[in-house]
Amino acid sequence: MSRIEARFEALKAQGRRALIPYVTAGDPNPGLTVRLMHGLVEAGADIVELGVPFSDPIGDGPVIQLACERSLAHGTSIRDVLNMVREFRETDSETPVVLMGYMNPIEVMGYPRFAEAAAEAGVDGVLTVDMPPEEMGDLSECLAGAGLDPIFLIAPTTTEARMQVICDHARGFIYYVSLKGVTGSDSLDIGAVAARVDRLNQMTGLPVGVGFGISTAEKAAQMSQAADAIVVGSALVRQIQENADDDAAVLSKVTGLLASMRSAMDAEVTAAV
Amino acid sequence: MAKTVEDMQMTVDYSQFPDVDGHFGTYGGRFVPETLMAPLAELSEAYLRYRNDPEFLREFDNDATQFVGRPSPLYFAERWSKKIGGARIYLKREDLNHTGAHKINNALGQALLAKRMGKQRVIAETGAGQHGVATATVAARLGMDCVVYMGADDIQRQSPNVFRMRLLGAKVVPVTSGTRTLKDALNEAMRDWVTNVDDTFYIIGTVAGPHPYPLMVRDFQTIIGRETREQILEQEGRLPDALVACVGGGSNAIGLFHPFLNDASVQMHGVEAGGSGIASGQHAAPLCAGKPGVLHGNRTYLMEDEWGQIIGTHSISAGLDYPGVGPEHAWLKDLKRAVYCSVTDEEAMQGFHAVTRTEGIIPALETAHALARAETLAKELGPDKIIVVNLSGRGDKDLQTVANHEGITL
Repeated sequence: MSRIEARFEALKAQGRRALIPYVTAGDPNPGLTVRLMHGLVEAGADIVELGVPFSDPIGDGPVIQLACERSLAHGTSIRDVLNMVREFRETDSETPVVLMGYMNPIEVMGYPRFAEAAAEAGVDGVLTVDMPPEEMGDLSECLAGAGLDPIFLIAPTTTEARMQVICDHARGFIYYVSLKGVTGSDSLDIGAVAARVDRLNQMTGLPVGVGFGISTAEKAAQMSQAADAIVVGSALVRQIQENADDDAAVLSKVTGLLASMRSAMDAEVTAAV
Repeated sequence: MAKTVEDMQMTVDYSQFPDVDGHFGTYGGRFVPETLMAPLAELSEAYLRYRNDPEFLREFDNDATQFVGRPSPLYFAERWSKKIGGARIYLKREDLNHTGAHKINNALGQALLAKRMGKQRVIAETGAGQHGVATATVAARLGMDCVVYMGADDIQRQSPNVFRMRLLGAKVVPVTSGTRTLKDALNEAMRDWVTNVDDTFYIIGTVAGPHPYPLMVRDFQTIIGRETREQILEQEGRLPDALVACVGGGSNAIGLFHPFLNDASVQMHGVEAGGSGIASGQHAAPLCAGKPGVLHGNRTYLMEDEWGQIIGTHSISAGLDYPGVGPEHAWLKDLKRAVYCSVTDEEAMQGFHAVTRTEGIIPALETAHALARAETLAKELGPDKIIVVNLSGRGDKDLQTVANHEGITL
């Protein structure tokens, strides 16, 4: 059983929802990332989504664009990101780590070399924003061969037929994009999201996570009623942006916000029971 | 046995590419966030429906004639040819189009398609501002809302075009992320489209981006090559020996080249921006000095670092200042059907002055790169040969840049 699968099984047994924070590796500086990852786990993260910075992140809003720029200013490469995961694994062998990024760094590294190195570092899943299943080519086999789960986005515009195709290619979990827009937007319609997640649950046995636009503990709690997992990115990264020169403040603000989301989500579950 | 490049060239019917999924060999495709997959499928379906629709084509041709001023002349540059002392050089006068460049051919085609698809809002990215002006122009004529994304640095160096767009009623949004040039404007336009897919049509200005853009933009631009073919047969009674065009994203080049690709006797020369020279690293020549990768929705040659980050480009011409290139050019390069070289800022300036002074035509700095290459090629080919250069745009927008370059205060 993969680490991601094991984590969702365990949560299901407890009647809880997964909380998945996103931070960009190397933001605000490469030295802080591993500490931040551990901090996220202590604050209640079930899976850590680690962004691989890219110069042209077309699916991201201004907050994560700037995070990429801060990280790249330190020269953070995909190899550096894998080293951070390796270091994280030295003291945490259980929390799944999903890399989220764009195609070109993987393309340049070469699919087999990337898959092997990622698995060896302790990565569990790979989400590539600009790579639909149709364009995966050999990458699909390389990831499978290395035991890595390909994670895919499904959007409000995705047709039923495509939803099925994507579900058939996906492993680990499905990431439902809760709004038409880039990361960090703020126009969530919880009812509409719940309806789409229900439809996905009919199509796949995989857990369904929801992300894009979940910025507060309240929204996280509301949305957690509709899905198996909540992904939070820009709201956390905004805390990094506002405290970029102060490592201690980054740690306390980011983990503080995440912990408030965790307790709001768990309170929701308790209330429902 | 593996096919050689030459075998491939012999057997390829260039009119049959891209394939249904937008691939030119390993290049092209559709690498975009999931939110855009359905809108791109909708766009492909609409475009393929109208691509051969007589009524749509009639509307396009009518506007090309009455609004753009086509056909553009194929002009024999007699004095310049004589001065060089080599091949006979013809200039395809896209600078004489309404708005002063080839960009209007594509903007018009896509805007007419947007109208048929019921989209009221069009968006565009622009580098030098020519595509932005063309889009703002057709949007004004068709009564559509128009937003143009432009790098903050480009806004500085192309201010007359910014004012033109605003006069035409477009909103020009400065892009301050990344390198503050064309690639970042494209990122921002994509983000707008992801957010406003329901009512918005994204008019991409070059033969890059996800499928069907490289196909669609090429089709609208092949009016250049189709006219050239008729005109040269009329004037010279035979096909040209070589075609020359500058390549940023590559739309004016593909528009000239494509109708001749199946004519093996016609050489194709694409000219990239060599900036301060390839060796300096300060250039915008992905086909000459880059590697294949994925950016802006397609696989193509890119300027990138060893870890796949896109690197900054340099060119005196904002319109060539782009780290990628259309996927069909990447494919033609690998097949050796077209050859790609680069011309430095200085060489381009010489080409600019030569044509201005001998022919009375002030070309755009983008075009000046093609002119510089045409001069050396004319000498290489010799006097019996015929070269057609795509004079893709006029130079009015560049007067300030030229003056600055030469230390002149206007």
